[in-house]
Amino acid sequence: MQPPTSNPPSYTEYHPRWYRPRVSVYWWMGSWRYLKFILRELSSAFVAVAVIMTLFQLRALRAGPDAYARFEQRMRSPVWIALSLISLIFVVFHAITWFNLTPRAMAIRLRGKRLPDVMVAAPNYAIWLVVSAGVAWMVLR
Amino acid sequence: MVRQSNEASLWSLFSAGGVVAAFLIPIHLFLFGLAFPLGWLQAPSYGSLMTLARMPLARVYLFVLCSLPLFHWAHRFRYALYDGLKVKHLNELIFVLFYGGAVLGTVLAGYMLWTIA
Repeated sequence: MQPPTSNPPSYTEYHPRWYRPRVSVYWWMGSWRYLKFILRELSSAFVAVAVIMTLFQLRALRAGPDAYARFEQRMRSPVWIALSLISLIFVVFHAITWFNLTPRAMAIRLRGKRLPDVMVAAPNYAIWLVVSAGVAWMVLR
Repeated sequence: MVRQSNEASLWSLFSAGGVVAAFLIPIHLFLFGLAFPLGWLQAPSYGSLMTLARMPLARVYLFVLCSLPLFHWAHRFRYALYDGLKVKHLNELIFVLFYGGAVLGTVLAGYMLWTIA
């Protein structure tokens, strides 16, 4: 057995600088995968736009028929149509990417074998369809 | 700075809001943002919408529809700004503005829906 050494360790206190290359603010513009990631994260801004629209709609509803007619009038303006369209595209993008994450979050096993990703994600789309039809029916009936 | 312990509950709100946003917001945007304004579908009358909005269950539904997705936005957009635009130096300000906005929207929705009848 070796006696414990009393010599100081051979390393120095000097700590070399980390190698951390500076990343450009536009790092996500280079590849489609990165751009898709950023677009997916930005979809949340359009989720907020949709909620704000709903809040304005609620305010108009409470304020009476005239106020609601003005709200409907404003929704018909080209600017709001464009904003609605862009928001819808982003929110649908959010929904699809969100549903497709389910197999990443849940590994469902059936008789010892892992269910394929498609089988885990598919029920989301079925529920989406049913829920959307339900909302449309309640509003339109 | 934000303590680690807050992160789990904020993430839960983000996640729940993501589910609500994915399932419910597309149909709302489609109907009230495009289909009715462009005349693809006959828009419901003020009276029928008001009847609907006065139903207790519909009010709970609308509250959830407005509230949770705002927390989803606050969380995700905060990180999009950190990672995408690298604005880490405004951490605290963004935190307060975004979650404050989500709380404000929630309170507004709650108040309007509570007193709509």
